[in-house]
Amino acid sequence: MSAERASREAIGVRARSLSRVFDGGVVAVDDLTLDVAAGSFVALLGPSGCGKSTLLRMIAGLDRPTSGELTLEGERERALAFVFQDAHLLPWRSVLDNVALPLELMGASKPERVARAHDVIAEVGLSDAEQRFPGELSGGMRMRASLARAVITRPRLLLLDEPFAALDEITRQKLDDQLRALHRAHAMTVLFVTHSIAEAAYLAERAVVFSSRPARITLDHTIGLGVERGTATRSSPEFAREMGELQRGLEGGGSR
Amino acid sequence: MKRVLPPLVAFVLFLAIWEGAVRAFEIKEYMLPPPSAVAKAFVGDFGALGRAFVTTATATLAGFGLGIVLGVSTGVVLASSRLLERAVYPYVVLLQTVPIIAIAPMLNIWVGPGLRASTLSALIVSVFPIIANTITGVRSVDPALRDLFKLYGAGPVQTLVKLALPSALPNIFTGVRIAAGLSVIGAIVGEFVAGFNDDAAGLGIKILVANKQLRTDVAFAAVGMASALGLLMFVAVGATATRLTRRWHASAK
Repeated sequence: MSAERASREAIGVRARSLSRVFDGGVVAVDDLTLDVAAGSFVALLGPSGCGKSTLLRMIAGLDRPTSGELTLEGERERALAFVFQDAHLLPWRSVLDNVALPLELMGASKPERVARAHDVIAEVGLSDAEQRFPGELSGGMRMRASLARAVITRPRLLLLDEPFAALDEITRQKLDDQLRALHRAHAMTVLFVTHSIAEAAYLAERAVVFSSRPARITLDHTIGLGVERGTATRSSPEFAREMGELQRGLEGGGSR
Repeated sequence: MKRVLPPLVAFVLFLAIWEGAVRAFEIKEYMLPPPSAVAKAFVGDFGALGRAFVTTATATLAGFGLGIVLGVSTGVVLASSRLLERAVYPYVVLLQTVPIIAIAPMLNIWVGPGLRASTLSALIVSVFPIIANTITGVRSVDPALRDLFKLYGAGPVQTLVKLALPSALPNIFTGVRIAAGLSVIGAIVGEFVAGFNDDAAGLGIKILVANKQLRTDVAFAAVGMASALGLLMFVAVGATATRLTRRWHASAK
């Protein structure tokens, strides 16, 4: 997949003076302006409860801004996918049926959705567990099924809300690599919410750092680690430098 | 065998103590018949008791089945709107608090005597726990999964069939389990006032008539059959719940 094709097909995000005030006067997002280029991988980094998840939900159309303008550029049809903090699979369905669910809801035929489910399940390395139920899987396997469910619709904008936060470090690092591979394989923009500096530095091409609530941008930083990243990247001086940069951004925004 | 043996031993011991106590204290049979007399009445009156069992089981199953349909559908409708729930739910609770024995004579007038009255009585007592548990189940659907369905453009029917009902199934079965036992009680109470003719008399009528004739042994045999019916219903519901939810819900594992 060439970068040019990816940027042509993926969806970009344009937010202008975006605010979200909840009932009771809690300001989650305040006057936020942000552009996300189509096809890019952007980490939204900030302390817990700073409003970054609210921003993601507004982009997904699951919440509405109180004021401001939010545009999804290049959106000819609704092609978003959302990965939640936990896997949130339907416990009464097998992995195969869970992964095929979005196509089922969108009215795809059974042969089509089963064939595509097989493909994406293989992509995340879960083929052996297709007939198993979520309760029979480890946390990491459940999250891989959740990722497969998200990409089965071939989304052009993938939104992830701290998806790996509850996993152990080794599983988390494996899933980081899997997510980067999915981003390369599918023409999509990825917006990844996290409060982990290391995860933001490793995964993203660009990290946007937020202050504590209400979410305001304290740093907008391009990660200079190149496209190919692996185990060696995590122990490189460049990685440490990028983490230091993001750390300073976080400290600049204050913490809760 | 390990599951069956302890209650079986306890039951045999209980019967032995009962039999021994009645003989030792020379208790009159019309006050408390020994298990051997109950067994004798059961065998001697088996044909009539069997027919009574079928009549009561018919009313119980009909009332229970209608209770499931009405309970789940009412629960789903009430759970769909807080306003509707606030408006209607107090009256549903009222239905539960009205003693069935007090309104049973009215059932005779409303739907006519016989099977219809006892079925309606079984329905009235079994519907409330199903409604209450269905509402809890549907309300407890994971909000993230609701968001997921919304994101993929699922309509209300898709969300109900593919998300809310399966998600609420363990709760629904909790209500159905309670209703299974209650429906037998409802049918028997209904029969007390339903005025069956003798051929179609249920276990409730058998108990009433036997008590009036001081045939306590027959009354005990009929009560035993009513309990067996309740137990059968409970076991059948439990087996269905396990079959449908065992791979994914802790309550069935």
